[in-house]
Amino acid sequence: MKITKFSAVSALMLSAVAASGLVYADVALVKVDGSSTVYPITEAVAEDFQKSKKNSIRVTVGISGTGGGFKKFCRGETDVSDASRPILKKEMDDCKAAGVEYMEFPIAYDALTVVINPKNDWIKSLTVAELKTIWEPGAQGKITNWKQVNPAWPDRPLKLFGAGADSGTFDYFTEAINGKSKSSRGDFTASEDDNVLVQGVARDVGALGFFGFSYYEENHDKLKAVPIIEKDGKPAVLPSLKTVIDGTYQPLARPIFIYVNVKSADKPEVREFVEYYMKNGEKLVKEVKIVPLPAKAYGYNLEHFSKRVKGTKFGGENKVGVTIEDLMKMEAK
Amino acid sequence: MNQQELQALRAMIVAHKRWDTLFGVIGILALMLGLMTFAALFADMAINGLGRISVDFLTSFPSRRAANAGILSAWVGSVLVMLVTAFAAVPLGVAAGVYLEEYAPKNWITDIIEINVSNLAGVPSIIYGLLALGLFVYTFGLGQSILTAGLTLALLILPVVIVATREAIRSIPQIIREGAYACGATTWQVVSDHIVPYSSAGILTGVIIGMARAIGETAPIITVGALTFIAFLPTMPFTGELPAGPFDWLFAPFTVMPIQMFNWTSRPEAAFLSNAAAAGFILVLMTLAMNGLAIWLRYRLRKNIKW
Repeated sequence: MKITKFSAVSALMLSAVAASGLVYADVALVKVDGSSTVYPITEAVAEDFQKSKKNSIRVTVGISGTGGGFKKFCRGETDVSDASRPILKKEMDDCKAAGVEYMEFPIAYDALTVVINPKNDWIKSLTVAELKTIWEPGAQGKITNWKQVNPAWPDRPLKLFGAGADSGTFDYFTEAINGKSKSSRGDFTASEDDNVLVQGVARDVGALGFFGFSYYEENHDKLKAVPIIEKDGKPAVLPSLKTVIDGTYQPLARPIFIYVNVKSADKPEVREFVEYYMKNGEKLVKEVKIVPLPAKAYGYNLEHFSKRVKGTKFGGENKVGVTIEDLMKMEAK
Repeated sequence: MNQQELQALRAMIVAHKRWDTLFGVIGILALMLGLMTFAALFADMAINGLGRISVDFLTSFPSRRAANAGILSAWVGSVLVMLVTAFAAVPLGVAAGVYLEEYAPKNWITDIIEINVSNLAGVPSIIYGLLALGLFVYTFGLGQSILTAGLTLALLILPVVIVATREAIRSIPQIIREGAYACGATTWQVVSDHIVPYSSAGILTGVIIGMARAIGETAPIITVGALTFIAFLPTMPFTGELPAGPFDWLFAPFTVMPIQMFNWTSRPEAAFLSNAAAAGFILVLMTLAMNGLAIWLRYRLRKNIKW
């Protein structure tokens, strides 16, 4: 007898669930997803924004990677997308097909840092050409020893560590070094979790890896950053706040972005969130140890937001070597 | 029996006993290997995480500052998802198990179903995630919600529940069925008055094993769209500005403990790693509590069986 009662109750519950299902959309909610590089900034903004609104507006932030984030964004599932590279041609097409229009706002600078083990005493700096020899697709299975890159270097196995293929970090690094986004050798330890890469490089004297500057900063006792020579005749430059801002750390410094759905921007909660993002961006970016843009840039962003300036300024490709100054000019256009 | 034969016999007994002892030692070593590994991992986690565990840690939302960050949204999310999982998987699984044991005709179709159920238990969890993304999120339009996650995990543990139910039913002596049928009972009466009550202890064990697996799952939950930063709880029934219906929480966005932990382990700051360890410690406690509840319930249920 008990069981019949139970099934009646559950049937009743299921119908109640179905009836109440559509109500949830009424709660003011801002949905953000995308890059793990941008995540710490958006998290900080979301945290403070919710507090300043006394929790009357809710913000959710996911980490699907830049590419995964754009997939959701272009289906109209999210209001804001975190991106560690500009939107690509294919993603622009997807957005267009789904009728999603967007605005693009650079919000900070990230410096991809090439790191080696602290016990590595033969590398004082690396040129982009040397990095290309190591990372280009043709090196797969062939370049496996430091000696093969430069005969002056010791006979030691070369162990490579890098960002996973779904990340904007990987896209940008391959574009900057190999000249083509996503074109890379495949036989390296890839992880979306940068701490795995940190551990890998810290354990192996013959290791070389790349990831965002903040992971290097937190682990600089375990790792050594390599000064990068952009091309012959240029000085070797270590990544730092100063060299990123003055534009000398090239080509591995890159702007990172948020993309805002134009339709969502008309919702008051999304509008307030984006405005809060730009007004407090500089302070919060600094707090999570990422390189902020000059204060002026956030002002431009606000202005463009109120004017609803649509589209991307990158034409669907990853531009390498965009300095903060270039970016400002592009914004000023 | 002459002296020689006796000696040979004694030597054989000694050899057999030696083998007995040896196997005992191997058995203990095998057990220890597992236990010690777990103990070492658990101790390591406790050492790293215990300092962070406090009431604040349980009642705070995630934060960019490791010292202020807590697991409120994560543990509430995990509990709610588990609730949905249990409500979906237990009735379905038990009904399927009972059908297969008591109702299903013994023919090749039943055989195929049986083989499939056992095989389903071995399907990687990410496959369930992909299935759920297509079916629950897009086709049924349930969204990236607690309901979707709970149903996904329910699918995942369904085979375990079915298999456990069948095992439990099989352990009921045949005389009980025969006695009941002899008195003129229908199959449904036999099932509802005897089979299910008597096998409930065994079923419960299966359910808990399944739930313990589900609470630690990350892959399918991420696939169906669990989020990382959530600093609010699902609206309680009958609260809020527009009073929420009793089941609105089912459609709320959510995060769960393993995702919160994973997010913290991938942060650059070392302080977040102790947060992750602390969250892991609590997750283990949650699993232990679930197992404890099961043992207690099983004990209660067994006491009520009077054969």
